[in-house]
Amino acid sequence: MKGQTTNILLVGVGGQGILLASEILSETFMLAGFDVKKSEIHGMSQRGGSVVSHVRFGEKVFSPIVPEGEGDILFGFELMETLRALPLLRKGGKVVANDLQIPPSSVLMGKAAYPEMVDERIREKFPDFLLVDGQRLAVKAGNARAANTVLLGAVSRRIDVAEEYWLQALERMVPAKALDVNRKAFMLGREF
Amino acid sequence: MREILSGNEAIARGAFEAGVLVATGYPGTPSTEILENAVSYREIDSSWAPNEKVALEVAIGASFAGARTIVTMKHVGVNVAADPLFTLSYTGIKGGLVLVTADDPEMHSSQNEQDNRNYAKFAKVPMLEPADSQECKDFTKLALELSEQYDTPVLLRTTTRISHSKSIVELNDRVTGLPVPALVSNAAKQVMLPANAKVRHPLVEDRMRRLAEAASTMSINRMELRDNSVGIITSGVCYQYVREAFPQVSTLKLGLVNPLPVKLIRSFAEKVGRLYVVEELDPFFEEQILAMGIGVTGKEIIPVCGELSPEKIRKAFAGHGIEAGSAVEVPEADAGAIALPPRPPNMCPGCPHRGVFYTLNQLKAYVTGDIGCYTLGFLPPLSSMETCVCMGASIGNATGAVKVVSEDEKKRVVAVIGDSTFIHSGITGLADMVYNNAPATVVILDNRITAMTGRQDNPASGFTLMNEPAHRIDLSQLCSALGVKHVRTVNPFDLEETRKALKEEMERPETSVIITNKPCVLVKREGVFKKGPLFAVEAEKCTGCRACLKLGCPAIQWKSGEGKNGVSYIDPMLCTGCDVCRQLCKFDAIGRAK
Ligand code: SF4
Ligand code: SF4
Repeated sequence: MKGQTTNILLVGVGGQGILLASEILSETFMLAGFDVKKSEIHGMSQRGGSVVSHVRFGEKVFSPIVPEGEGDILFGFELMETLRALPLLRKGGKVVANDLQIPPSSVLMGKAAYPEMVDERIREKFPDFLLVDGQRLAVKAGNARAANTVLLGAVSRRIDVAEEYWLQALERMVPAKALDVNRKAFMLGREF
Repeated sequence: MREILSGNEAIARGAFEAGVLVATGYPGTPSTEILENAVSYREIDSSWAPNEKVALEVAIGASFAGARTIVTMKHVGVNVAADPLFTLSYTGIKGGLVLVTADDPEMHSSQNEQDNRNYAKFAKVPMLEPADSQECKDFTKLALELSEQYDTPVLLRTTTRISHSKSIVELNDRVTGLPVPALVSNAAKQVMLPANAKVRHPLVEDRMRRLAEAASTMSINRMELRDNSVGIITSGVCYQYVREAFPQVSTLKLGLVNPLPVKLIRSFAEKVGRLYVVEELDPFFEEQILAMGIGVTGKEIIPVCGELSPEKIRKAFAGHGIEAGSAVEVPEADAGAIALPPRPPNMCPGCPHRGVFYTLNQLKAYVTGDIGCYTLGFLPPLSSMETCVCMGASIGNATGAVKVVSEDEKKRVVAVIGDSTFIHSGITGLADMVYNNAPATVVILDNRITAMTGRQDNPASGFTLMNEPAHRIDLSQLCSALGVKHVRTVNPFDLEETRKALKEEMERPETSVIITNKPCVLVKREGVFKKGPLFAVEAEKCTGCRACLKLGCPAIQWKSGEGKNGVSYIDPMLCTGCDVCRQLCKFDAIGRAK
């Protein structure tokens, strides 16, 4: 049987702020009293390549990477990368994704096409799928750059950890001057 | 206090807590963040060295004066530092000295995946291998203690998944009361003339014997008996994967990976039924355990290439009758998902290297390459790099090529190398090129920073790791002093100027150097990189000729549905205003954004 570990995958494109989001997640789980591990690859991937960050929490976590096909929640910052990461999820896993397309170089150069009907393809495999217009809600919260925090709010609803720990983690990880907007963005996301 | 730290952050913390006074190294993924974090502890003198060999030599000097020191590098960096390392093994140390080697199984960001555990055996020094961030911190401190206790440098080996994973660490205070460093004469021990070295070698052998003896009772070598039908010997992140995959099996977790605890391994082997080794890369444990006369299975089922993972280990053991730790339902792979266009890394919008590679491609140059962001010049559409072997190799590669090819082909040979890489190990290559009169062209892509590893300063950037202003090497004068008669500086955003310089110097039957002078777009320091006014495509003028797409700038997008043949579009969020694409458009469709 599966142990007590919850597996979260964050995927997107280098430079999208995935590392900060996964740090806020980890901080939240530590504050809530869990063991936490998180892992991702730096380096080449920072130059606009695909990025996958793994966050795991539970009583006691061993591997810092989520075994393939055992992800519980997929947190997608970009649609094609979300689609690419589906094989990492277990059957019945949940997906929360930002409604954003960033074309890779081959598409920019007109050599390949961006995949079509990405959201349908995701929903077909994983009915528990939430597509969020992060940018729009972030603007509503006061700053388009807080889109990740909106998403984080939506993800937080799917994880059984009390709200206070999320807010404490935000406070610790987000620079003071951006905190208000990020709190608002988080609460907007939490309405989903 | 508990904090979530990466392995690298934890090593820096361990160095701080252990009273380290000097930390040095050369940037290299996945090791870089150790020094970037060490610098936040003001008690530590942290610095970037021009290369790993110099870094280790600096550490040795500090250690001989009595200071605890730590020196950091990636796995291939140890090749550069190997020369001092092997003799340091003989001299021993005074203040504890730890060399961190950050290995990169799977080559996430490296040119090979050498297993640096072999260095420990080769150089006859102990090596510790932590399995999470808490151990990164604890083992750093322990390594410094062992270093002093056994009069030896100690290697601390991490792998990418340890360096860049975060887990919870308990923080402690810095030790106090360590001896104050001072010059002490101990020439017989530190001057490795043959007569002295002959005295030291038996001491090295004796030290390793004593360590191997002690290893069997060290608490970092831990026997965990569970179901005894199977026993797995493992270390580092593989221990975590094994526990994840098979929570019930007995394990012998090795924290000291060289020398091996022979007695402990024997006693583990006796207690369990079938014995396995799970290790990434080389059969380092396996061969030594077999040599002890103990039957063990390892590389017969565990892959040699690439990194491991819980699921790879489960797969490897299929049919070996071990109960797996989880039985979740894995959905079948979505064939559609696998056929998605890949997303390779790319040079940033406005990268000063882009126009140079575009021009080299146009001139059909045979480009010997080197290590840095500019290695991405290999990828389409720039597609202009023929070699990339190791730091500094481009210049020697070019010298070798022009030695043997026809006069016509000699003209096509161009070496490209970044500022940091040139200082790391390109200078000697250039000295050779001039000395032996090789008529090749060298392009020094001076972007004022060590960019690939995330913007580290170097002797040509004008600042130190501690962010103090420093002398900035004048690369042009340096090349002249080496004897290069034709040294010129070009603005790489001016394609005409760049093309003219390259053409002329490639034609010239002598060594010549071209230095580009625009900074990396990621340099945050005031007054270095400045965003220019942005550019935009006038859709009515764009004929859809696709000339600008040959740059591969991520800011330029192709809109196939628009215009007669499709049109280009510049994303104003990404454009930095470098002006290069404008120069490619024959129809004046690209201009300043309004
Ligand atoms: S980080 Fe700097 S050098 Fe590297 S690709 Fe970007 S602009 Fe170019
Ligand atoms: S000016 Fe052109 S080449 Fe330069 S960053 Fe902007 S779009 Fe890219």
